[in-house]
This record gives sequence, structure tokens and C-alpha cells, in this order.
Amino acid sequence: MSVNETISSAAEQHEASVPVQDVVTEKKREDMPVQEGKTVGLPYADDPKFKLRNVEVFYGEDRAIKDISLDIARNEVISFIGPSGCGKSTFLRCLNRMNDSIDICRVKGQLMLDDEDIYHSRRDVVELRARVGMVFQKPNPFPKSIYDNVAYGPRIHGLANRKSDLDDIVENSLRKAGLWDEVKDRLDATATGMSGGQQQRLCIARAIAVSPEVILMDEPCSALDPIATAKVEELISEMSESYTIVIVTHSMQQAARVSHRTAYFHLGHLVEVNETSKVFTAPEHELTESYITGRFG
Amino acid sequence: MTDQRSQAELVRQSLKRRYRKERRFRLYGIVAISIALASLFILFADIIGKGHSGFVKTTITLDVTLDSEIMYLDDPTDKDQISMADFVAPIVAALQDHFPDAEGRAARRELGRLVGSYAASDIRDLIEANPDLLNTTQTIEFLAHDTVSVYVKHADDPGYSIRLSEQQQMWVDELLEKGVINTSFNDVLFSRGDSREPGNAGILGAIVGSLFTMLVTLAISFPVGIAAAVYLEEFAPQNRLTDFIEVNINNLAAVPSIIFGLLGLAVFIGLFGMPRSVPVVGGLVLALMTLPTIIISSRAAIKSVPPSIREAAEGIGASKMQVVLHHVVPLAMPGMLTGSIIGMAQALGETAPLLLIGMVAFIVDVPDGFFSSATVLPVQIYLWASSSEQGFVELASAGIMVLLAFMISMNALAIWLRKRLERRW
Repeated sequence: MSVNETISSAAEQHEASVPVQDVVTEKKREDMPVQEGKTVGLPYADDPKFKLRNVEVFYGEDRAIKDISLDIARNEVISFIGPSGCGKSTFLRCLNRMNDSIDICRVKGQLMLDDEDIYHSRRDVVELRARVGMVFQKPNPFPKSIYDNVAYGPRIHGLANRKSDLDDIVENSLRKAGLWDEVKDRLDATATGMSGGQQQRLCIARAIAVSPEVILMDEPCSALDPIATAKVEELISEMSESYTIVIVTHSMQQAARVSHRTAYFHLGHLVEVNETSKVFTAPEHELTESYITGRFG
Repeated sequence: MTDQRSQAELVRQSLKRRYRKERRFRLYGIVAISIALASLFILFADIIGKGHSGFVKTTITLDVTLDSEIMYLDDPTDKDQISMADFVAPIVAALQDHFPDAEGRAARRELGRLVGSYAASDIRDLIEANPDLLNTTQTIEFLAHDTVSVYVKHADDPGYSIRLSEQQQMWVDELLEKGVINTSFNDVLFSRGDSREPGNAGILGAIVGSLFTMLVTLAISFPVGIAAAVYLEEFAPQNRLTDFIEVNINNLAAVPSIIFGLLGLAVFIGLFGMPRSVPVVGGLVLALMTLPTIIISSRAAIKSVPPSIREAAEGIGASKMQVVLHHVVPLAMPGMLTGSIIGMAQALGETAPLLLIGMVAFIVDVPDGFFSSATVLPVQIYLWASSSEQGFVELASAGIMVLLAFMISMNALAIWLRKRLERRW
């Protein structure tokens, strides 16, 4: 099924069945059946980009991710959804070891990128992050010029030897991010003067500039207005041809619009992974259904 | 309905009380600021009132005939003759031209005391440098004697006592009228070192001494302070040892400065055998004193760099060091600079530790290096303020004004740098 078909069917379903209230207490959530290490749906793929097995993440004594196994296929867009605090961002950050800077954070289990262990003791984080780029919730351009923002990654990785090469990389990245026409006349202008949507697309261009294989997006549209959001989503759909994209989102419509598969997280468990259309039309798990129908969130 | 009305009434009453409270609160603030401003104003008025005359020098311009006969000097190249010659005689003779009535030893002595005690050596230096000038008439400007200077500048001020005889006062009045005695801008103050005679004392030695000392302080405390702050903030593991270090840095910032002086005396002079009263030792001591200030303010500046910038750089694959050097330190630099300059301004005004390492000595020569004896501005002010000669009172105040000018310009520099380097995100 194509992404576009998914969009229409899921959106209709979604609009039809969203009750407004119904906040479920913690007590009730615990009552719901969720079995550790057991994920319904289609968590595995042939020849995956990421092969993640029995992943557990601890913050000190606190077990934030509980025995999750998942494959992420090549050139797929997968979205992680779930209520706040369910561990989807934590899990996302394991994929390029952004959790490393948190002292109390420990990651267990097997995390493989193209059959190489992400958390191997001799693994170079810099190389990993050059392959697995990241876009953050809040647009966070460097307080430098637009050009320097995009050129920073290629510069530190030594991707361009000549100025003209660097110019090409910058132009290509900005074109891919759909920003070139808007900024080509003011590449020297400071990036912090742009609108929020432009800043976020610049951050995407910055991530693309080092030609990563995977782009992780942590709620990339939560700080943007609807028009800017639409642009970013369009961009994600275009990029899915050449990149593997993992996107964490709070907006189920967004998940429905952009992703091939959707994974539902609940209190550190991975409850269900399925094709996006399936998740939003006929969820297999009771908890998924409760969430997408808005019974908690 | 009645209930509602009475409630509205209650609210209105409480509103009145609230407004009164707010007015009172604002008043407290205004009073506090007024007190602060008033004290500042009084301080400045007092210093400027006392010190402005320090920027004025009194001079006597005379046509001096360098007569070899009255100086007992035939050959200016002969060292023996120079050391025996009488260089006061031509000055007295020149003054006698103005007052032909002044005859006799006593009168001659009183006339001679109108010019400063360095007038004779001025003539000696002149003749030694230019032997051809012997037996010619030269127009020379001499610094007036301290007592004359006080009389000219402060005749009406009851705070000063006039130590001139009636006769001398009449002479000075007449010379003032003739334009022989003049007052002009005190360039001596900015071109010489200290002196026993107020008219001849300058602050240049102290300024240069302060400059050398501050250079040493800056060269040590700025890089060390910033390196320590960056390490503690970015690289150090969170454990007991770093907590302990942190607490002790904060404690060091509160240690009285005289303790640092004792430390400098014991370690740099006692243990390492460095010389006393030199800018290097002073600079080292002040660097130790300034370090905690710089570390604390630099850490605050680093902390204020938003984590999103770090994440952005890490997300692209910048290594820890690249994150720190390319992003965190440049963004924290305005704050670090501000903290450092304020720390330096503090060090510039510091006196106590320098007294202990011997920078309080009477030093006439302008220091010419990091290892030559020197004094610094605040110590020079202290020396002049505790001096008994009347002329030093105004010099001390003038010195304070110079010191304040330096501090204000340093703080202005800090503000300018912060405004200039500040970036928004």
C-alpha cells in the first residue's frame, strides 16, 4: 500500500472516532494487559537497516525501555507514537547514541546498524552520527550564517576539499530541504533570523549535508505552525526515497500522513508495530486502539 | 445579591490596602537607590573637590644667567667641579633681578626657597648636557616650592596652613602679578615616578607598574580560569572529587585578599626566592586572587549556552572537543570576558596583598620590566594619603581619580565587548 492511500484512509478513520475527553489514570493504565517483550503486529523485516533486539534502557534505577525488539527496514519511514513519557524519544536517541551525554543512562541489548553493533565499546560515535543524523524537536540552528550552518557538518568531517565542493553540498542540501529558493540570496544572513519553519528545514538541510543513511526526527513539527508543518511533512515524503527515516510524533495525523509503519509505545513497552493504515484502521492491540481513539494521550 | 455586593465591597477595600502596600514598596526602592546615588555623589564630589588641584602645577619662569663666577664653575666637563658648584646662586640672582631690595643672607635664603628643591639639579643637568650654555642667559621654567604651590592654590582654604613668611607672600603675590609664577596643567603627574617633593611627584611609575602587574595577572588567570571552567563544566565526571573542587573554588572567592598576599610572600618570595616588590610576584598573587572569580563567571557563562546547540552539533557528529571549541566556548565568550574584566578591575584596585610582598616601597624610577621594582596605583595612593606633606593630599585624590578612570574604562570595555559579541539564539 502506498503512503498516499494510507493517508486518506487513516485520516478519515481518525476524524470519525476521536472523543474529546477521557483521561485515564495511571492505575487504569496498569490494569491494561501488556506483556513484556511481546509486540503484536509486524516488528521484524528482512534485511533490516536497524536490527534491535531486547533493548533495555535504564535511567539510574529506573527502567525506561523494557525489552523492546524491532527491525527498521531500509528506506522506510517509521513513526513512533505513544503517550508522553512512554519512552519513544529515549528509544530514538539510542539509535545514534545521543543518550551518551546523560551520565546515568545505560543501554542494554543488541542494537545493530547494518550488522554492526552500535554500542560496541570501540564503536566511534562520530562516525555513527555522521551516518545517523538527527533533527530535534525545537529548531536549533547555530547562531551563525545559513551557509555556515549547512557547511558545518561537511567541514568537520572533511567532506569537501575545495570551496566549490562545499558550495555544491550546501546548495544541494538546501534544495533537498526545499529551502534553496527562499534563502539563496541571503546565505550570509544569520540563521536565527529565519522563521521557525525555515529554521527547522535548515536543520534538516544541515542533517542531510553530511549524507547520512538514516535521519532521526524527534517531534520535528511540534514547534511549527500548520503551514510549516505541511512543508516539512512533504519534505519527509520526498526524502523517504533516499533515506531511512525514524520519526517520533505526537500527532497521529502526521504519523498517518508520512509513515509506512507505525510503532505504538506504552510505558516503556513496544505494544504494536504494523503498517500505518492497519494501526489506524484496525489496531490489533487493545491499548493501541484506546490510544488512537483518544481514550488517553 | 446582597452577598455579591458585600463581596465586591470587600474586594474594593482590600484593593485599597494592596495599592497602599505597593506604593510603600516602591517607595522603599526609591529611597534605597537615592541613598546609593547620594553616597556615590558625595564620594565623587569630595574626591574631585580635593583632587582637581592635583592636576595643576605651579611654575616660576626665570631668566637665569648661568654665570660661571657665581656658580664657581669654569669647566662643566669636570666632574669634581660640577659636584662642588653652586647651582642655586644663579636662580637667586635671577630672583633678585625682580626684587633689588632683597639684600643679605636671610633674604637670599628666603628667595631661594621659592623654587623647588630640584631646581638646582635642573640647572646642573642642563649645563652637564650642554656645556656651551655657560655664561649665557636662559629662560627656564622651574617647579615652585611646595609651600609656594600651596599658597598659590589654597591661600583661601582653611584646610591648608600657609608656611611662607610675610615677605615671601608679598614676593609671590608680586611675581603672580608679573606673570612670573604661573599655574598650568600638571604634566609632571603623568611623566614621572614618585618623589619626596609633591610638586615633583608623578603617577607614571605606578601606572606602568600596574600595567606590568595586570599583564602578568591576565596572562595567567584568563587562560587558566577558562580552561578550568571548561573542564569542570564539560569534561569532569560528576563525583565527590569535583564537588569538593567546586566547593573550594567558591570558598577561595571569599578568602580575604591579604591571605593571598601572605601566600605570595611565603611561596613566591620565600620558597621560590623571587625578588620583592616586582610586578611578576604582584601579578602572580593577584592572578591567584582573580582565578575563582573568572572560573565562577565562566562556568555560569558556559551553563547558559542552551543545550539545544550542543545537541545540534553532537547530532551532526561533532566530537566533544569540537562541540566545546566551535560552539560552547564562542557562545560563552562574552560572559567569560565580562567576568574576567571585572575580575581584573578588582585586581587593579587591590592593595592589601601587594603591601605584603613589598610593592609598598618608595620607588622613584618608572619600572622598565617585569622584574624591576615597582608600585601600583592603589598602593601609590595609599602612600601619598599617609604622607605628611600637604601637597600629597591633593595628589592622592588626583591618583584616585586616575584609578577610577581606569576602572570605569575597563568596565565600559566589558559592557562594549558583551554587547558586541552577544549572539541571540
